[in-house]
Amino acid sequence: MSINWFKYSSPQTFYPLAGKMIPWFVWLATIFAIAGLYISFAVAPTDFQQGEAYRIIFVHVPAAWMSMVIYIVMAGWAALGLALNARLSAMMAQALAPTGAIFTLLALVTGSLWGKPMWGAWWVWDARLTSELILLFLYLGFIALQASIDDPRRADRAGALLALVGVVNVPIIYFSVKWWNTLHQGSSINMGAAPKMAATMLMGMLLMALAFWMYTVAVALMRVRCIMLERERSSDWVKELSVTAGGKL
Amino acid sequence: MQWASWSAFFNMGGYAFYVWFSFGLTALCVAWEVISLRKRSKAALRLSKILAQG
Amino acid sequence: MNGAWMTVLKRDLLLAFRRRSDVATTLFFFLIVSSLFPLGIGPEPTVLSSIAPGVLWVAALLAGMLSLTRLFAADFADGSLEQMLLAPQPLTLLVTAKVLAHWLVCGLPVVLLAPLIGLQYALPNDALFVLIISLLLGTPALSLIGAIGAALTLGVRGSGLLVALLVLPLYIPVLIFGAGAVAASQHGMSAQAHLSLLAACSLLALVLAPLATAAALRISVE
Repeated sequence: MSINWFKYSSPQTFYPLAGKMIPWFVWLATIFAIAGLYISFAVAPTDFQQGEAYRIIFVHVPAAWMSMVIYIVMAGWAALGLALNARLSAMMAQALAPTGAIFTLLALVTGSLWGKPMWGAWWVWDARLTSELILLFLYLGFIALQASIDDPRRADRAGALLALVGVVNVPIIYFSVKWWNTLHQGSSINMGAAPKMAATMLMGMLLMALAFWMYTVAVALMRVRCIMLERERSSDWVKELSVTAGGKL
Repeated sequence: MQWASWSAFFNMGGYAFYVWFSFGLTALCVAWEVISLRKRSKAALRLSKILAQG
Repeated sequence: MNGAWMTVLKRDLLLAFRRRSDVATTLFFFLIVSSLFPLGIGPEPTVLSSIAPGVLWVAALLAGMLSLTRLFAADFADGSLEQMLLAPQPLTLLVTAKVLAHWLVCGLPVVLLAPLIGLQYALPNDALFVLIISLLLGTPALSLIGAIGAALTLGVRGSGLLVALLVLPLYIPVLIFGAGAVAASQHGMSAQAHLSLLAACSLLALVLAPLATAAALRISVE
């Protein structure tokens, strides 16, 4: 059986397809979130060192994971878009970036909310927090570049190239920040030295990460639909759609 | 269950502010993102409708 | 092929020589920024010498970035960039000539001026020496990476600020290794590991950045 992928990659056919997929991912995200929150608050025991404040990690760690995963997926879509000259791939990359930036911001804020009671400071120049901050800068650069180029085709390709340059640099940046951090040990407290994680804690984090992941897919599909509507504003299928959907507006 | 009472649950062992701020902010971001995308999609459709009807 | 490369290099250097004020602006910027820190922090020599590596490196980074938007803008405006894209010589190579010219005009003068400012910051002699070496090894990477940002933002509104947003996060490894090298020698440690990593960054940038810059130029001009 061969599927004609190019057929599905045209906005006209992908728009309704994405519309059908969104509710499924929303349901999956909701189910995983309920299970994850149940474990985070009802099943996972109180940490003997950190007390209840450690429960922040159930959003912090999954958000940090997602911020990195989304960047890599975004660069993957960008590379695919450049290689195949496929519009849909570039639109997916563009649709993922704001969600990635939000997760990065959440990871930073929840990290500092966890750090205040644990370290006594809102911000510590820890290697992971610093890398997360730089990742936020990379997301902002990508979003700003795409926003300031008017021609959508050029915006797609320039953004894709920037995402690729970023993804090559991420390991180098991470290594350099770690290096920098070990040289200035005095001011840092090692997050990695946290006590061994209980299986239930890991389970809770995994479930929350899955919830975030499903949420990301749903939101990226929603955003890619918006981008399609905006770009193909004057095409017949969008006009038709807007008239038939008119009753619901 | 970990909690003796609902008030103990909400108190989070004295870390209520930090824990509930973290989870609340996450929920807020999720809600904001979904609502803003709904608005964006409706605005795009409305504009196309105006274009379609000339 | 060699001929075209030399022609681009000579042409860019000649243009820079004719517009000497641009070069001077970069240098003055470096001078002024690095003179502001003692005024903000206080003249205590021990404090100054401890912040000197970071301050001088950040100032060099910002000074190099200022001139990035001009890297391709004039060629883009007068159409010679399009000629370069169509030329039989690989664009990647021509890009290296332009980047080398940018470094000779904007990077090298900063490297030569830095030790003088280092003296103002009460840096000891061996740290000054490491400062020069680290800048010599690191600033080419800044020009190479900066060229990608300059190519991507070519002809885009607000490109000056946008370049900063795109390029500064990518400069972080160079900043860490460069400033770290000077700081290491200040603390009586060997700066060799830092300098090797810095050289590795520059070499990696030399291999990859021209490819990315050429691709970005094609996207922007097309």
